[in-house]
Amino acid sequence: MQHAIDVHDLVKSFGDKTVVDHVSMTVDTGEIVGFLGPNGSGKTTTIRLMCGLLTADEGHGQVLGYDLRTEPLKIKREVGYMTQRFSFYEDLTIAENLAFVARLYNMKPANEHVNQTLEDLGLTTRRNQLAGTLSGGWKQRLALAACIMHKPRLLLLDEPTAGVDPKARRDFWDEIHRLAADGLTVLVSTHYMDEAERCHRISYISYGKMLASGTVAEVVRDAGLTTFVVEGPRLERMAREIERLPGVEQVAPFGATLHVVGSDVEALGAALEEIGSRPGVTVARGETSLEDVFIQFMGDATDNMS
Amino acid sequence: MKRFFSPGRLAALLLKEFIQMRRDRITFAMMLGVPLMQLVLFGYAINNDPKYLPAALVTTSQDHYTRAMVSALELTDYYRFNHVVGSAAEAEALMESGAVAFIVTIPADFSRKVDRGEQAQILIEADATDPSVASGAISTLGTVASQALTRERGITPAEAEAGGGLDVVVHRRYNPEGLSQYNIVPGLLGVILQMTMVMMTSIALTREQERGTMENLLAMPASPLEIMLGKILPYFAVGAVQVAVVLTTAGLLFGIPFVGGMSLLLFAVFIFVMALVLLGYTISTIARTQMQAMQLTFFFFLPSLLLSGFMFPFRGMPQWAQWLGETFPLTHFLRVIRAVMLKGADLPAVAFETGILALFILIYAAIALMRFRRTLD
Repeated sequence: MQHAIDVHDLVKSFGDKTVVDHVSMTVDTGEIVGFLGPNGSGKTTTIRLMCGLLTADEGHGQVLGYDLRTEPLKIKREVGYMTQRFSFYEDLTIAENLAFVARLYNMKPANEHVNQTLEDLGLTTRRNQLAGTLSGGWKQRLALAACIMHKPRLLLLDEPTAGVDPKARRDFWDEIHRLAADGLTVLVSTHYMDEAERCHRISYISYGKMLASGTVAEVVRDAGLTTFVVEGPRLERMAREIERLPGVEQVAPFGATLHVVGSDVEALGAALEEIGSRPGVTVARGETSLEDVFIQFMGDATDNMS
Repeated sequence: MKRFFSPGRLAALLLKEFIQMRRDRITFAMMLGVPLMQLVLFGYAINNDPKYLPAALVTTSQDHYTRAMVSALELTDYYRFNHVVGSAAEAEALMESGAVAFIVTIPADFSRKVDRGEQAQILIEADATDPSVASGAISTLGTVASQALTRERGITPAEAEAGGGLDVVVHRRYNPEGLSQYNIVPGLLGVILQMTMVMMTSIALTREQERGTMENLLAMPASPLEIMLGKILPYFAVGAVQVAVVLTTAGLLFGIPFVGGMSLLLFAVFIFVMALVLLGYTISTIARTQMQAMQLTFFFFLPSLLLSGFMFPFRGMPQWAQWLGETFPLTHFLRVIRAVMLKGADLPAVAFETGILALFILIYAAIALMRFRRTLD
């Protein structure tokens, strides 16, 4: 099967700062891949490289079978890119924005496509409303609708659900899965763990470097972390105490419990033995979450923001 | 008191303002550049009493009276005879195209009449489309010419008075009454077009950038040429409306004569407006914000107003300022429109200046397409 995205060793620098550092990625057709990483890790830049908005300094590859370097225009025609910030015209109505997109992609007859999209969105009655007056959730839906209007084969979504309420997020993801089932490939960047878990596969990038790739279970397993759940009185004080113990790499409060994470299971168990013997305190093995893994990644990565 | 005024809070506001001022390089450059530019331009370049104006001498004989007359006129520093032609038609063409500001005609029978002591005539035709250019040169003319002739004949001024003397006939061409509106109003068409066209198109791309819509636009399959044309053509239409309004008003309110061909004028305006919208678009590929685009427009607008010959006589400026003035489309447009509207010039007479305007189109379009960032790099 042909890969929708098949890029290797992409490098992009701004000034002396390498934002994307030898990133390789393969995404199969019809797959939903979550793209994760802390702020400023190079997610947006990588996505822009793939849709031809930026040109890579190094690296090669194909997107939808087109060469990334020599055929950016062909890629643009078959990719839908939804920007992080709402980037349609706020001083145009919903229908006018959609008509603009339809005509730019030479979709004929433009009016029919616009009407169909409006109907799918449930915005037919509000077609003459200015896009700028829409709420965050509706703006996001409009942007998505505009991006998939020309029936792209690849959808690149850059933090599409930032600032959107849980219900709208749920609807959004249902829509993404529906589209993927029809054969659309989706690469979506996000900060939300629950969204990451809704993807077929995830890729974690940090400071321009791809650190992990695979299904959620694979990524968690490969991280090789052990998690203990600590319950007991005066958790706040205990957390500060546990932090200083050998083998402990993360301590994070979750409700009435503490999650203690480390990569050396022996050292961690030994360190928590004394804590567990205190009155009223229980220590039990817990499940390592994706978030624990990411916090671990973030702590490990060297900071190149400075 | 602290509720309404705290020096600490004021200091915080001032500090923040200065930091922002310093960050915006173009604004900072404008704050220093504009006063400096105004000072230099106003101080050195502008001169309301232009000298060394190009003149054509129409004469069939090269006798000593003619030579005396020519050298006397050149000594006034107002005239520079760089064309000597044999016929009035040749001189006429030179004036129509704007190559000379004066035509001095010395009739064939001039020296014979002077020798006989009869009243001799010379004819001075001045291009009065810009009345202020001609006035200084004309006012010194009569006395200088008479004195030169008297000296040449070797007679005393008293004898000269008694004799036929010299009759200097002055024609103020194209604008016999010396009305400055004739000069200003056609020029205003150029100035108005320049201001609105450049300003409106200069924010074309920066607005997209500021609102974040540029990223989306670039991600869609639109080519740089399509984007450029899409941005400038609407303003081209606005320009057409402006032209109609200004021309109609010029005729109705100011009674500006319109002796040239309308189609030629519209053709020149077409090229001029095209150059302007492309200039604005070029600015918009350079500026990062709408504010910067406006400032760059202003930075361009001011010297073009002062150095184009709109406000002050072009030929009154020192050579460096004239060269600078040649780099503005407005300068060339003013020459074309004054020639067409007031002098009734035909296409060959304005072909050169129109060609230069067309050259601006090519230059600006090339710069804009090169500067256009197809990617977000």
